Amino acid sequence: MLVTVTLTLLKGFGTTCAIFIITLVCSLPLGLIIAFGAMSRFKPLKWLIKTVVWIIRGTPLMLQVIIVFYGPGLIFGWDALERMTAVLIAFVINYSCYFSEIFRGGIEGIPRGQYEAGQVLGMTKRQIFFKIILLQVVKRIVPPMSNEIITLVKDTSLARIIAVREIIKEAETYIAVKSLIWPLFYAGAFYLVFCGLLTLLFGWIEKRLSYFV
Amino acid sequence: MSILEVSGISKHFGQTEVLNSIDFTLEKGQALAIIGPSGSGKTTLLRCLTYLETPDSGKISVNGEVIFDADDPSQLSEEKKRLNRLHFGLVFQSFNLFPQYTALQNVTLAGELLAKERPDYKQNKKEILADIRRNAEDILASVGLSDRLGSYPHQLSGGQQQRVAIARALALKPDILCFDEPTSALDPELTGEVLKVIRGLAERNTTMVIVTHEMQFARDVADNILFMADGVVVEYGPPEEVFGNPKEDRTKQFLERYSS
Ligand SMILES: Nc1ncnc2c1ncn2[C@@H]1O[C@H](COP(=O)(O)OP(=O)(O)O)[C@@H](O)[C@H]1O
Ligand SMILES: [Mg+2]
Repeated sequence: MLVTVTLTLLKGFGTTCAIFIITLVCSLPLGLIIAFGAMSRFKPLKWLIKTVVWIIRGTPLMLQVIIVFYGPGLIFGWDALERMTAVLIAFVINYSCYFSEIFRGGIEGIPRGQYEAGQVLGMTKRQIFFKIILLQVVKRIVPPMSNEIITLVKDTSLARIIAVREIIKEAETYIAVKSLIWPLFYAGAFYLVFCGLLTLLFGWIEKRLSYFV
Repeated sequence: MSILEVSGISKHFGQTEVLNSIDFTLEKGQALAIIGPSGSGKTTLLRCLTYLETPDSGKISVNGEVIFDADDPSQLSEEKKRLNRLHFGLVFQSFNLFPQYTALQNVTLAGELLAKERPDYKQNKKEILADIRRNAEDILASVGLSDRLGSYPHQLSGGQQQRVAIARALALKPDILCFDEPTSALDPELTGEVLKVIRGLAERNTTMVIVTHEMQFARDVADNILFMADGVVVEYGPPEEVFGNPKEDRTKQFLERYSS
């Protein structure tokens, strides 16, 4: 029994990890682009992006998943998306917006004097960004990023709302079919280990960057 | 020919006229101290010299070469501005050291990046970098920090940080070194060590523009004093004149407040 449950849960955990990794890989660069848009001097772009970010951050991710999955069909009469695709689209949009706010906060938090000191020393814009600003931004955003990324691990469970078979969905079938509760606790252990490892990783990065203030 | 000629520099922010037709010249090897109440435009003037602000009108020449002319319709490219900036060094009130680099790295960084533009960089990379490093070590020693080369800014006192900032500016051998209230962010007991370094530079005939509220220091070090108020040059002359025998009422009032 333990073996079958383990295998089922591992299958679900694979889906969980896929949602996690694909969301992360797409949202980090997209978030950076959105952050630059939100800091743009071109006002219409700035306001458009701020409004979108406000809407996405102000509504539940669960709602967004449902809308991305059913919306195109019901509103435009299009064919429904693959369940997994719908989840990924909703997750990437949602997390890009959250990450963009973290990037923006990190970049805007760097004092203007850092840029000016570089300029006065004859550095180019690129050199200033890569040699002076970037590492300071990274240091600033590691703590909020680590929170957000650990939240993402747990948010992947929202995929079950449109019947994507991630780990909790798999564990839940044992309640319905076999009246077993322990597979759910077992699933919880997967999350604990995953989040625990991420916490260690981010702790290590923070420590590596603690040589300056 | 004067090393620095500033004529008719004006600058406004919104409605406020922060600089109103500023003129002055500076001779090579001399130190000019700029004094005046807060908000009179001293910082803005230094920022105009280093292209951190763009004046609305006026002209700036270094060694006879016009580096800024508001009337010239052809805009300077960013690249030209970047290179022209190297005529000036600027020491900020708030140091603005790079926190992720050691004292030594703060001083070598810009030189190393500029060296990459040299045609012989690839061939002589090792020697060039060694030179830059030796030069930085010498300069840090000259500001009394040879034992703090490997310290990060947060491990240094304010006075030490400002001395690193001075070394960083000196490392690029600017024609004119500008200071914006270099001791205003320091605890009183730390101002002395920074002023001592600047005094030393003056003794070695470094060309400098020093914005300061340290009147005694300005009097000792500067060859000329420029008193600014409300964006205009109220009085200009050697320290004995401006401090000893001020002609303008506004200068007298200002100095009275500071002499106490
Ligand atoms: N970027 C800016 N935008 C708007 N006003 C500014 C800006 N920089 C300076 N000012 C204003 O210009 C005036 C002169 O400032 P500043 O040059 O810093 O004077 P000082 O250095 O003599 O104290 C002040 O009234 C200040 O508020
Ligand atoms: Mg000032």
